[in-house]
Amino acid sequence: MRCPMNRLNRRTFIKTGIGAGGVVVFGAAIRRGDRAASVKNFVASDDESLFDVWLKISPDNTVTAIIPHAEMGQGVHTSLAMMLADELDADWSSITVQEAPAISEYANYALARGYTIGDTEFPAWLIDSVNGFYFQATRMIGVQQTGGSLSVRTTGQIAMRTIGAAARSVLLQAAADEMQVPVGDLVAKNSVITHPATARTATYAQLAPAAAKKTIPDKPTLKDSSAFRVMGTSPQRLDVPAKVDGSAKYGIDAALPNMKYAAIKGAPVFGGKVRSVDESSIQDMPGIRKVISLGDAVAVIADGYWQAHQAIGRLKIEFSGGASGHNQSGIFEQFSIDLDRSAVAHNVQVDFLAGDSLKALARATTSVAAEYRVPFLAHSTMEPMNCTAWIHDGKCELWLGTQDPLGFARKTARAISFDSDDVIVHNQYLGGGFGRRSLSDYAEQTARIAVQVHYPVKLIWSREEDTRHDHYRQACISRFRGGLDGEGNATAWHNHYANRHEPWRASRIPYAIDNQRIVHSISRTQVPWGIWRSTDHSLHAFFTESFIDELANAAGRDSYQYRRDLLTGAPRFRAVLDLAARKAGWDEPLPKYYGRGISIHKSFGTIVAQVAEVEVRDGNPRVHRVVCAVDAGFAIHPDGLIAQMESGIAYGLTAALHGEISIHQGAVEQSNFHDYPMLRMNEAPAIETFIINSGESLGGAGEPGTPPIAPAVTNAIFDATGIRIRELPIRKNNLRNEQHHDGL
Amino acid sequence: MLRLNINGALHNIDVDPETPLLWVIRDCAGLTGTKYGCGMALCGACTVHLDGAPIRSCVTPASAAIGRTITTIEGINKGRDGLHPVQQAWIDEQVPQCGYCQSGQIMSAAALLEHNAAPTDTEIDTAMAGNICRCGTYPRIRKGIKRAALAINALADDAVSDE
Repeated sequence: MRCPMNRLNRRTFIKTGIGAGGVVVFGAAIRRGDRAASVKNFVASDDESLFDVWLKISPDNTVTAIIPHAEMGQGVHTSLAMMLADELDADWSSITVQEAPAISEYANYALARGYTIGDTEFPAWLIDSVNGFYFQATRMIGVQQTGGSLSVRTTGQIAMRTIGAAARSVLLQAAADEMQVPVGDLVAKNSVITHPATARTATYAQLAPAAAKKTIPDKPTLKDSSAFRVMGTSPQRLDVPAKVDGSAKYGIDAALPNMKYAAIKGAPVFGGKVRSVDESSIQDMPGIRKVISLGDAVAVIADGYWQAHQAIGRLKIEFSGGASGHNQSGIFEQFSIDLDRSAVAHNVQVDFLAGDSLKALARATTSVAAEYRVPFLAHSTMEPMNCTAWIHDGKCELWLGTQDPLGFARKTARAISFDSDDVIVHNQYLGGGFGRRSLSDYAEQTARIAVQVHYPVKLIWSREEDTRHDHYRQACISRFRGGLDGEGNATAWHNHYANRHEPWRASRIPYAIDNQRIVHSISRTQVPWGIWRSTDHSLHAFFTESFIDELANAAGRDSYQYRRDLLTGAPRFRAVLDLAARKAGWDEPLPKYYGRGISIHKSFGTIVAQVAEVEVRDGNPRVHRVVCAVDAGFAIHPDGLIAQMESGIAYGLTAALHGEISIHQGAVEQSNFHDYPMLRMNEAPAIETFIINSGESLGGAGEPGTPPIAPAVTNAIFDATGIRIRELPIRKNNLRNEQHHDGL
Repeated sequence: MLRLNINGALHNIDVDPETPLLWVIRDCAGLTGTKYGCGMALCGACTVHLDGAPIRSCVTPASAAIGRTITTIEGINKGRDGLHPVQQAWIDEQVPQCGYCQSGQIMSAAALLEHNAAPTDTEIDTAMAGNICRCGTYPRIRKGIKRAALAINALADDAVSDE
């Protein structure tokens, strides 16, 4: 039996070294310090993970960026490589990217495996030091995870740019030595250093061995944005070619000699257990190798996936226990009762207080009250959960797509009582992440199956399993009371909702309302929770941006102007709102049956405003156009930011129009795309995105496009029909309002 | 033993003939560009061409392909110099994000353009509504199809003027 120590070595260092064959490596390995609440679920345990970035200069003058983040379509490999290349003044066309291997001894592993040419071992370090700047940087960086829209903001801004600038600095010093000229007389561009006065040149590859002997500067000077050559442009994404010819390898594409296939069925009721398995029910089926009970799920291993899939469908399994009394209506009832009780008992958790909202409500000329609710949501990545595990020679090798390779290694190790150093994660392209692939259940299951056999096993969840055994965006009820003075100005904002996850600021509003009371109560359910693209922002933007619209309507004011007036002290928000309204032609007339809605929300450091144009005819909404304005501080890759806005809008629009996971007798009712429908081409709106480079701190890109779309659409439906939607998905609401269109 | 023509190559495959073509293509022929998404012909990730027509391989028994021509994403540019115009348009418009659905999207788009060289938006909607993309690349898919249509028509014009 192995000792489950889950040991990771603690190191903080910057190193530079010359490898066999003249490859020069610059690296900053950064120990994680404090971490934001928004990433804590990616972190396996408290103080041990390593965070590495490396760049490699090869004798042919190519530069390789080794990137500790997973590519799941957000273009992160490209964006991070751009940040490094720009500070390095490297030739973009000669940049390649490698994803960092996911093991605790990453540094040594990378060097031993990645930088050894032939049989030669990598030589001893030339420089091995710790310095204050990098150590400081660790406090702002997560571990080797991808989520929270953080990659560009942290890894890119702090680590990739820094190591690029540091490497450039020592390359310049090496050139100055060699050419016997001051550093200030040299120009670095396209991986070549030139001394213009004498027209002498040297490539980075020529200078790298000497540069590697220099001490890397503590605080390399980063470029001002006016000097960017690569950042702010939109080169083609590095991962795209492999994604148009079928050659991109995802977790599900792993293939190993003698590999078998597994299908699985988990207890349908959350918390349920396997009571019995009748293997005789499948004994006549061909290709079956083994039936394995994991306690809360049963797997069948077969020679082919189809055989395993058919067998798991026919296998007689009895499950028992779990929260089988749970029903969706009961869950909402529970939220309501808990909100009532906690309000009466003044037993609430405070998100934000300002002024005296109760007094202001009492004094208000007009008061408005509304209750909103949203359902549970599944992630539904296009690639269902899957993992291939091979346990051999005391090691567990995993092939899969994950947003958190190191965390998966640690958790999988724990599940099979291995040392985490003995779990090797081979991360593949992710067929969608959205937060789902930060949860390691599928890897742990596969490893627990694979420890029972002597061959590699590929476990593929059916779409039904994927839908019913997700970790869900929470359902929620949120209640509001608002007060207006005699002129219709908002004086009170009172919000009480059920269950906060993260980030804690999601319920906050940007509006200058003097008296605010934003609180929540706890009302837990048995339904497992997971990070879902934009986390709590996905619901709070719908709540707050609907309610501000209700206040505008109660005041008899234009919903754009009403918001704008409340953003006087928030110029950055106002600029984004104005841009969206202007580009949308806010005041221009619309055809019959059309409405226009606006919303604005800040998440992950990025402000996004959207204007939706919706046609409602015969009770059916059709979103024709979305205008999106975004301020992420600075767009490193503008086309990538636009793509992420388009993507975030589609993800949020799917949820707004269709998304509902409901619970019946403790189990998820939905199973596949017929009862958990997705946005399709015929429903996809035209999207126009406009970017503001405000120069503020970098914000995220992957998530902030999602939150504003639901309220933009429901506000537009209100504009078109007079029907206020307070429950998502929209299809649960009757949008036939004959009266409103009378006379049109 | 099934004898299947996939991308012009003959494969002798020992498998239950009722096995969906998807798993035969992926696991027996080793062509993993074709993806599993739903198993119920609901998402289009498994789209391949059977005698040139787009089908959902996840619900098509392998036996249905005997004596016919199967084309997958790996073979769509066969006989061309370089990429298929749809593949090139996908790069030019930077369509893919996670990319998982894109083999199916490209197969559906190529089939559409094969018999309709200038599809309207409505025709694109109809032809592509069976292919789900969770990354929401629909606006770029639409642009990609239009760009590919122009390229295909330009090639056709060149062919005519060469005669």
